[in-house]
Amino acid sequence: MNPIIEAREIVTAFGENLIHDSISCTVYENEIYALLGGSGSGKSTLLREMIMLETPNSGSIHIFGDNIANLSLQEAQILRQKWGVLFQSGALYSSLTVGENIALLYQEYTNLPPKLIQELIRLKIDLVGLPAHAIHLYPNQLSGGMIKRAALARALALDPKLLFLDEPTSGLDPFSSRQFDALIQQLRDLLGLTVVMVTHDLDTIHTIVDRFLLLEDTKAIAQGTLAEVLAINHPSIDYFFQKETHGIQS
Amino acid sequence: MKSLLNATITIIQDSSQTLIVCGGEWTIHHLAKIADTLESYSVHTPIQWDMSSVTQLDSAGVALVHLYSKQFNALGFPSKIIGRSEEHLQLYNLLYNQPLQDISAVKARGWLYSLGYETHQWFQGINAFLAFLGEVFIVLLYSLSRPWLIRYRAISSHIITAGFNALPIIAVSSFLIGIVVAFQSIVQLQKFGADILIVDMIGISLTRELAPLITAIVIAGRSASAFTAQIGAMKMTQEIDAMKTMGFHPYLFLVWPRIIALMIVLPLLIFFADIVGIFGGMVIAKTQANLSYTEFINRLQGVLPLKHYVIGISKGPFFAILIALVGTYRGFQVSMNTESIGLYTTKSVVNAIFLVIACDALFSILLTELKL
Repeated sequence: MNPIIEAREIVTAFGENLIHDSISCTVYENEIYALLGGSGSGKSTLLREMIMLETPNSGSIHIFGDNIANLSLQEAQILRQKWGVLFQSGALYSSLTVGENIALLYQEYTNLPPKLIQELIRLKIDLVGLPAHAIHLYPNQLSGGMIKRAALARALALDPKLLFLDEPTSGLDPFSSRQFDALIQQLRDLLGLTVVMVTHDLDTIHTIVDRFLLLEDTKAIAQGTLAEVLAINHPSIDYFFQKETHGIQS
Repeated sequence: MKSLLNATITIIQDSSQTLIVCGGEWTIHHLAKIADTLESYSVHTPIQWDMSSVTQLDSAGVALVHLYSKQFNALGFPSKIIGRSEEHLQLYNLLYNQPLQDISAVKARGWLYSLGYETHQWFQGINAFLAFLGEVFIVLLYSLSRPWLIRYRAISSHIITAGFNALPIIAVSSFLIGIVVAFQSIVQLQKFGADILIVDMIGISLTRELAPLITAIVIAGRSASAFTAQIGAMKMTQEIDAMKTMGFHPYLFLVWPRIIALMIVLPLLIFFADIVGIFGGMVIAKTQANLSYTEFINRLQGVLPLKHYVIGISKGPFFAILIALVGTYRGFQVSMNTESIGLYTTKSVVNAIFLVIACDALFSILLTELKL
């Protein structure tokens, strides 16, 4: 299997506050990989380091084989076009409509004719399950779930090979969450995507996540498939998956 | 990772049908040329797309084929797609599992509509401002009967940021105004040998008109914008909503401390500007007309009646209330949209400066009519 992301011995500290103490993980091609952990365990920070919004104090992250710390400006730009990022709160540009939010990427990075761009925008909006008229709506006219969908449509605009999702199902109703999961899985299967997500949603972990990394207290406690991790006897794992209560049964 | 295989397209036309052979990577970054080729191609026969040598296909490739098939179809030449792999077919079905609904474009409105709309908006704006004003004063009445509700600490912090911190800029601007006025008038006065009248000129014009106006304009630029941006940012982060749910009335906590602080501070700043401005005039009088500081001050005591100075200072609270009201009102108008913060900050400064000048003009007329 072809590793897409390789993080090695990541150490991160904000001032005196140690976030990651030598964390390593590997994401392989075409898998859905999750970063798990309690609140404040540093999973979002790890995600932000992968997408070059923050830099770790030490350690290396390789994406598509390149060390992201050593990229030139141009190489970094090319890399950024190969991934899509869905932020937790959507982060749609509030002064642009949904359609314009998506169009921006096509206008900046492709030479496609306007007709085709319009078709693609409508296609993406339809793909993520938004109604067609949403194209003309502004982000402040959308509900939380619609914002998530619109942001996903924007993340998918350039058909990226790698998709980063920060809590994709938080704030969605259970039915929408499962629809969202199914959509991610379909996209992975058909577009050959690799998906890295931060999530708390046990159903998502159960149904679509292939492998994951469990972080707690600056350390990586476990990495692997659900069955592999559940086989490990560790109080934090029992706690996180609510074993023997109403959580996931192995 | 530039791909080696580009997207290719070959159009083979015979008498009964056109074969479009697609090959290579039909992905988003390779399709611009393909789209150009198809755009410039005029069809005369039914089309057959051969997709069998396409190595990679993404949603842009699918959309391109779909779009042009539809376009050719509309011209009366149906398309058939052959040689699609199972994966490509699945991708097609995922993307076009239902026909895309046509959406009507946003209608452009005529100028009459815009005129009516803008006028309506303008009146609505006045209406909203009056409503704001009403509620602000109701909150004031409410808090006057409960003086412990007045936010003394917030008032003092605004006195520092909006008043004390503004001293340097007020000093520089009023000093310069003093210099400018003295320079301009001394040239004229010297023609009549009336150099000494520079003292009357500086004393009256600065204390009565210029110092209050310049101070108010600087404060409008400095504090109206700050008030709008602060309150606007709080609104965007839902802090205002949080305050409301906790029972902290935003007008009591955010508006009145700013109004009161400015009302206290502006007269003091005008007093300060009077001194610095007159000093600027004195410097010019000495250098240009050889009028010593002692002479200047002696004459100033004789020719500057108290009323000009009092009128100048007493404009302060009026300007202050206008600036603070406009600044805070515009802050509450900010919507959940990053552009609106810039828009309303601009509006607040423009409105505040305009209102200050208009109010000053009103004072001039009123006081002249009252023979003051």
